[in-house]
Amino acid sequence: MPKSEAPWQRKPELITKTEAKTDSKHGCKPEQRPVREYIKHGIINLDKPAGPTSHEVTAWVKRILGVKHAGHGGTLEAYAKWRA
Amino acid sequence: MALENATKTIQALLQSGKEYICVMKLHAEIPEQQVREVLEKFQGKIYQRPPLRASVKRRLRTRTIYYINLLEMERRNVLFQIGCEGGTYIRKLCYDIGEILGCGAHMQELRRTRAGPFTEKEGLVNLHEVSYWFEKWRETREESYIHKFVQPMEKALEMLPKIYIRDSAVDAICHGANLTTPGVVSFENTIKPNQTIAIFTLKGEAVALAKALVSAEELIERKHGFVAKTRRVLMERGVYPKAWTKSQTI
Repeated sequence: MPKSEAPWQRKPELITKTEAKTDSKHGCKPEQRPVREYIKHGIINLDKPAGPTSHEVTAWVKRILGVKHAGHGGTLEAYAKWRA
Repeated sequence: MALENATKTIQALLQSGKEYICVMKLHAEIPEQQVREVLEKFQGKIYQRPPLRASVKRRLRTRTIYYINLLEMERRNVLFQIGCEGGTYIRKLCYDIGEILGCGAHMQELRRTRAGPFTEKEGLVNLHEVSYWFEKWRETREESYIHKFVQPMEKALEMLPKIYIRDSAVDAICHGANLTTPGVVSFENTIKPNQTIAIFTLKGEAVALAKALVSAEELIERKHGFVAKTRRVLMERGVYPKAWTKSQTI
């Protein structure tokens, strides 16, 4: 069977339709968000320890960082996906 | 793990491609060459029926296997690396490989090495690091400590085809409007109709997840009409000014 490219092997090209500028008064680059905003729009690539469940680890991180909502996308096989 | 607003990007991550390292146990000794040939046959589109204990409806579906590389073989143990579409059951795949080999096989061990743009190699932190860097930030208020373990949610969307839009189009999308041609500034050449895409600002902020209605080729020529149907808004309303008016009703 023909091998197909994995999404991480693809190199998309950007096509510009029109030239436009963005106003620095509104929004900001993701890396420059004020720290609270940065956390609110943040992702942690977490190496989960083997013992506790994803649910427990999520609760723990929520408490540490003082965030209301957190969810994980790291499920193997049939185990439940969970989102706060 | 996604925090607050970023939790909305998880859906995209669950659907994205995965890479695993897997140990498969054969139920008889088979020559390496034969195993290699069978593994190669599983590259490309395969049919798979989700297992008994599955979180989805158990109907036959196709999944794309991007690559399978045999890394090592020792007697009945086969170590391989696999890149596959989201929602591929590896345990089932091992079973099916065993059936084709004729001897039977099962999955012995599995470790995920990639979920979409996230890999084991880059930016992976453990719980100790999270609490350590967070404490450091609390003491010093030095933001770089937060950046050591939290990445912007835009990272999760790295693999999705993107459309960049004008400032004036942003707030309408945040209110759930669909994207129209005049709002489009640039876009990736990989866009195809019905595909999940990400709408970004010119500053590189994620605005929404959407379903593409046209291909990149069509979009080059287009002057008006809908380009993408907004599915999940990621940015709060009011970050960008409202540049649209409600049509007057008399």
